[in-house]
Order: sequence, then structure tokens, then C-alpha cells
Amino acid sequence: MRTGAQCIIDGLQQAGVDRLFGIPGGTVLDIFELLYHAPIGFVLARHEQGAVHMADGYARASGLTGACIVTSGPGATNAVTGLATANMDGVPLVCIAGQVPSHMIGNDAFQEADTTGMTRGITKHNYLVRDVDELPRIMCEAFRLAADGKPGPVLIDVPKDIQRAQTAAVCDGKTGVRGSKPLPDCEAAVDALAEAIKRARKPVLFVGGGVIAGDAAAELQAVAQRARIPVTTTLMGLGAFPETDPLSLRMLGMHGSVAANRAVSACDLLISVGARFDDRVTGKIDQFAPNAVIAHIDIDPSAISKSVPVRIPVVGHVKTVLTRLLERLEPVTQREWLNEVAAWQKEYPFAYQNEDGKLASQYVIESVYHATDGKAAIVTDVGQHQMWAAHYYKYSQPRSFISSGGLGTMGFGLPAAIGAQFACPDRTVVLIAGDGSIQMNFQELVVAVEHRLPINVVVLNNGHLGMVRQWQEMFYRREYSATRLGQGERGKNERIVVHEKDRYLPDFVKLAEAHGAFATRVDAPEALPGALRDAIAADGPALVECMVKPEENVYPMVPPGASLIEMVHSMA
Amino acid sequence: MKHTITLNVDNQPGVLARIVGLISGRGYNIETLNVGPTQDPNVSRMTMQVPGDDRVLEQVTRQLAKLVDVRSVNDLTQRRFINRELLLIKVAAPRERRSEIMELVGLFEGKIIAVRSADMVIQVAGDRDKLHALLALLEPLGVLDLARTGGIAIETENHNGADDEE
Repeated sequence: MRTGAQCIIDGLQQAGVDRLFGIPGGTVLDIFELLYHAPIGFVLARHEQGAVHMADGYARASGLTGACIVTSGPGATNAVTGLATANMDGVPLVCIAGQVPSHMIGNDAFQEADTTGMTRGITKHNYLVRDVDELPRIMCEAFRLAADGKPGPVLIDVPKDIQRAQTAAVCDGKTGVRGSKPLPDCEAAVDALAEAIKRARKPVLFVGGGVIAGDAAAELQAVAQRARIPVTTTLMGLGAFPETDPLSLRMLGMHGSVAANRAVSACDLLISVGARFDDRVTGKIDQFAPNAVIAHIDIDPSAISKSVPVRIPVVGHVKTVLTRLLERLEPVTQREWLNEVAAWQKEYPFAYQNEDGKLASQYVIESVYHATDGKAAIVTDVGQHQMWAAHYYKYSQPRSFISSGGLGTMGFGLPAAIGAQFACPDRTVVLIAGDGSIQMNFQELVVAVEHRLPINVVVLNNGHLGMVRQWQEMFYRREYSATRLGQGERGKNERIVVHEKDRYLPDFVKLAEAHGAFATRVDAPEALPGALRDAIAADGPALVECMVKPEENVYPMVPPGASLIEMVHSMA
Repeated sequence: MKHTITLNVDNQPGVLARIVGLISGRGYNIETLNVGPTQDPNVSRMTMQVPGDDRVLEQVTRQLAKLVDVRSVNDLTQRRFINRELLLIKVAAPRERRSEIMELVGLFEGKIIAVRSADMVIQVAGDRDKLHALLALLEPLGVLDLARTGGIAIETENHNGADDEE
């Protein structure tokens, strides 16, 4: 006989979990009692959102399923943003949540919240465990569901009495364990796609995070090279195809490259591979790839024709589909189309103005690229710095760009970087953050210090919620409502009675030092390479605060509602 | 267009909330919904009628199919199927109107299942049009209360499109 708590520990071990992120609390004490002796490394986050993002970063960096544990009520509500983030980006995660005892559910008990109700729409699946005999199966099933098909987060809500109850039930990992639905045979669809590629004069591969999740980067590269098809990726697809390759068009979409957006707009065959046609990618939907036959390879049948009508749907495992496709493709030596594309690439690379003596955000990213030989795992927060990290670092390996794409969660970066470093202890991990987003989970820096994780935190401090400020500048009459983070010049709507002198708070260097990390501030371009070198060499986490130009915009940009060819390159 | 969707789902708590949440989250109103057991005690059968855009509902159907608790989903709208609903209706029935009501009920192949001094309860099964027609005739007599199950549906055609004997 085992207790429910023991079933949870055993289930984690059976699933191969060697690192669990979380925070204890009243309704998970029985589990923590056992964790004290279990051979699972526990990482004490400082906020449950941080714990979930850590498990998420761990999963994205390793391809394994992340695991985390939170208590009931506020523990679970704090975890919600983390789960939604993982859900939007299809990250495999299992979250154990404590719940008040079964007989108290619905009584407004202390630290009670309807966790399964709250998380129903933001998880791949969730459970409220009502009978301890079901717990072993649920543990197996949760890990299976998190990882197979399109991955995603699974939550298990376990009332305290269930954790203490005894059961003889075991799970062999098979009996009664449900998984994602079987996929239809894709042979005919692959034939149709191969035929379309043979006929196409101007094909483009449009690659999303599914290629990384499906471990199919090598197959993708083989297909692209054999048929000589240029490749553009979404933000989530960065790293699926080497951006140093001449066939790479770089990222497409709202802040995509000119070459990528023009190629998609001009192509006659668009082959989407594990991408979901997000609105930030397509721009005005009815003018997206207007001349193209659209093919879509995806593991998720409900992704097909969700926003764009698809002529050639191929539902299947992206690795399998690409392998079969490769067998059917004749090698192509040259395409006229590639010359057209190359001209755009040459004429419109990502570019910025480097002014004397001023530190440009883009320059900071380029410097990080050089300092890490382009081999680091780059983690980002959300905002302008995220787009610059996509533009000015060239990704050549999968799992090298870790970012909250779908939900766009500010505060994701620092805990995700911690999770990534746990997953890949030997890899250089660099977090690119903004001064707005780093404040949203700064407390987790302590965790990196405690575990001596050599993460490098590069804060691009422009004194603003920069991306929002950019939209205000471009589309809201330059009225900077609540987007200034410096203490001076705050908007009049904030009604600050006595204005602070014009200084910036907090002092990130002191703040990092207070957390026990090495920290330095860089004001001038020439000081940056040395500061980055020192940070990377430091034993433990290091923060480099870069005082960048305050009102820089991310270009090029497709304004919201415009088509991909209507790109803005500067403020007129 | 109105869609008739049937689902076989695992008989688990929370399944209904999950399915309804997925549909209502898109701003679609479920017009009728029926849930009942099947020959397998682990499986429940749901039938729902949802008016809405064809393309969106096709996507919703695919999302429903993805749910772990959902074993199968069928949108019967473009297929041959039988749809039936049960109506219980309590009408004012003073002595002098009783024979008129009984005649109507007979015409509609219904049943009178309770009679009291001033009202009676009628049970009728049928498709939506038939129930509408009966309701229209009974309304002037005074409908005191009514309950409808919402449609339940069963396909009369094989999945490959060939008709079975009907």
C-alpha cells in the first residue's frame, strides 16, 4: 500500500523527472515530506509563476517534460500565467497542485480556489483527483499527454486527503492510460505535396516551433537543401533552420525581414511546417500569400485551415512527414526564384543606425552574438528587446531561442533562463530582457545565485515599456500614457503629486547585488565587449545593465491590419 | 447554419464543462444540449445543436475531437440523420376542452400521461417541426408549463456515405 503522496513521488520518478520546481504550502505538505528524501532535485522558486516558467524553460531547452508543484489557492492562481504561457507555445509540462481536502471543496475553505475550473482553458488537460486509486494512472497519463501529439501543460489537482489516503493501485504505464488521438495516414497527402513542390516555381518553407518540438530540424534542412527552397521561420521556429545559410530568409511577420515577407507575398507554393498562422505572422489575413497554393504540415488537425484556407493539408508527425517527403523529392540544382530572393536579402538586411558614443540595443545583441560565437541559448522576455534578439542574433541550432511567443508573457525570461541552465548545465545561457519585463520576476535571481547557475542577464534599459511606447509613438499620437519607467517626465494621467528628481528606479546593479549576483552597468559601446566577457566568465549569475537609447523603435514593422508587403522602415 | 453535433465522451466529471467551455468561449450559443448514458457505462452520448458559421464550427468540431475525454465527434449536419425530441407539456384542460385536446394529441401521436380537474400533461416525441406545430395549436388553449429535452440524433448512413436499409 502507498499513500497518494507516495504515488505522486513515484509517478514523477517513473516519468524520469530529476528536477522539480515549486513552492510548498499547506495542501502539499505530505508531498514535500517525501520530497525531503526523494532522489529528485528540488528548486525552490520565490513565486509560483517563476516555478512554472522554470519548468517551462527546462522543457524548451531540453525537449523533456518540465515538472512543477504548487499549493492550493494562491499557489495555483499564481501558476496560471505560467500554464497559459506553456499552453500557447505547446510546451510539455506537468504541474501538481495541492487542493483543500475533498469534503471542504466548494466551502470557501482557506486557500481554496477552483483550480481545475480556472485552468481548463489554458491547459492541454487537467484532473481533479477524486479517488486515490486513480492517482497512479493519472500520473502516467499526465506525462503521456503532456509530451505526445502537440505537447502542452497538464495540471493535476490533488486534494490533501487524497495525498494521505492509502492505495494498492499501480500503473504499468499502459493499462487504461489515454494519450493523444491517433493520426490518419498521410501518404497520399505527402504525394500531393511532393507533386506541388515539383510544379512550383517559387516555393517557400514557412517553419514554426513544431519543427523544434518535433525534433525535425535535420529533416527540414535536408528537404530545403534538396529542393532548394528558401526558408522563413516564425519567432518560435528560430533555430529550426540555420540563419547563417543563404537559404534562410530569417523571420517573417510583423517584425519580419523584408526578404521573408516579400517572398511569402510573392511565392506560388507556401509550405507551412509546424506553424499555426498566428496573426503576428500573417498580417492582414486575406492578403497573406495571395498567389500561393498553401500546404500545411501539422500534428494538430485543428490547426489546419484555422485562419488561412489550406489546399494541401498534411496531418502527421513533422519528422515522419518530412522524411517521407524527402524520399519523393528530386534534387534541384538552381532556381531563378533564389536570385530574386537573394536580391531582397542583400538589399534589406536587418539594419540600424549606430550613433557615436550611444549604446544601441541592436548593437548589444550583436555583441552578445560575437561574445558567444552564436552558440548560446538565448532566452528573452517580451517586448522590443525580444524582437531585436530575433533580428541581431543568428540562430543555427534548435532550442537556442527560448521566448514566450504566443502569450507574450513579460517576466517569463529570468525564470525560463534558470530552467534552461538547469537543463543544459554546460551551455552558455544568455537572458536578453528589458527593464520593464525583468522587474516582473526579478525575485527569481536568488535561485540562480543559490544554485550557482552561470546565467548571463543582459538588461536593455531604455527607461520605457518600449514596445508599448513604440505603438503610442506610431499609432497613438505620441502620448506616452504610463509607458515611462524613469521617475521624471511621467504622464499627467499618473497624477504623481511631487515628482521625483529625474532618476531611474530601481538601481538594477544594486538590486542584483542585493540578490547576491555579480552586476555591472554599461553606458558606452566600447565598454560592452569587456563587460560581456566578464559576465560570461563569472562563476554564477551576472547581470549587465545596458543603458540603451531610450526611444528606439523596432523596424521593419508591418502595422497592425496591414499586409506583409506594407512594411514601415522608419518614422516618416 | 444550425449544426447538429453528437459526441461520445468518457463518463467523467468535468467533461461537460470542458465541452461547453470550448464552444461558449468562441461566443457560440448552444441551443439544445442532451447528455445521456450509452450501452457502455464508461461512455456518455451528447447531442447538441449549435447555430453558427460553418467554417468556425468545423474548427470547433476538430478542437472538440482533440479533447482527451472525447472519444468521437460527428457533425451530422451534412449527413442523413434522425433527430428526435421529447416534449412534456401541461395545458389548461377544463372539462369542455378535453376532447378537443385529446383529438390534437391523437393526431400528433402523443400521449396524455396525467389528467387533473383543470389541466393535463401531454407527452409527445418528434422532430422539431412536429413539436412546433403542436405547440402552436395548444398555445391558444393555455400552456401552463413545458419541458423539452432538446434533440437527440442518430446517423442513418454509414460513414462511407452508403445508405443502409431504413
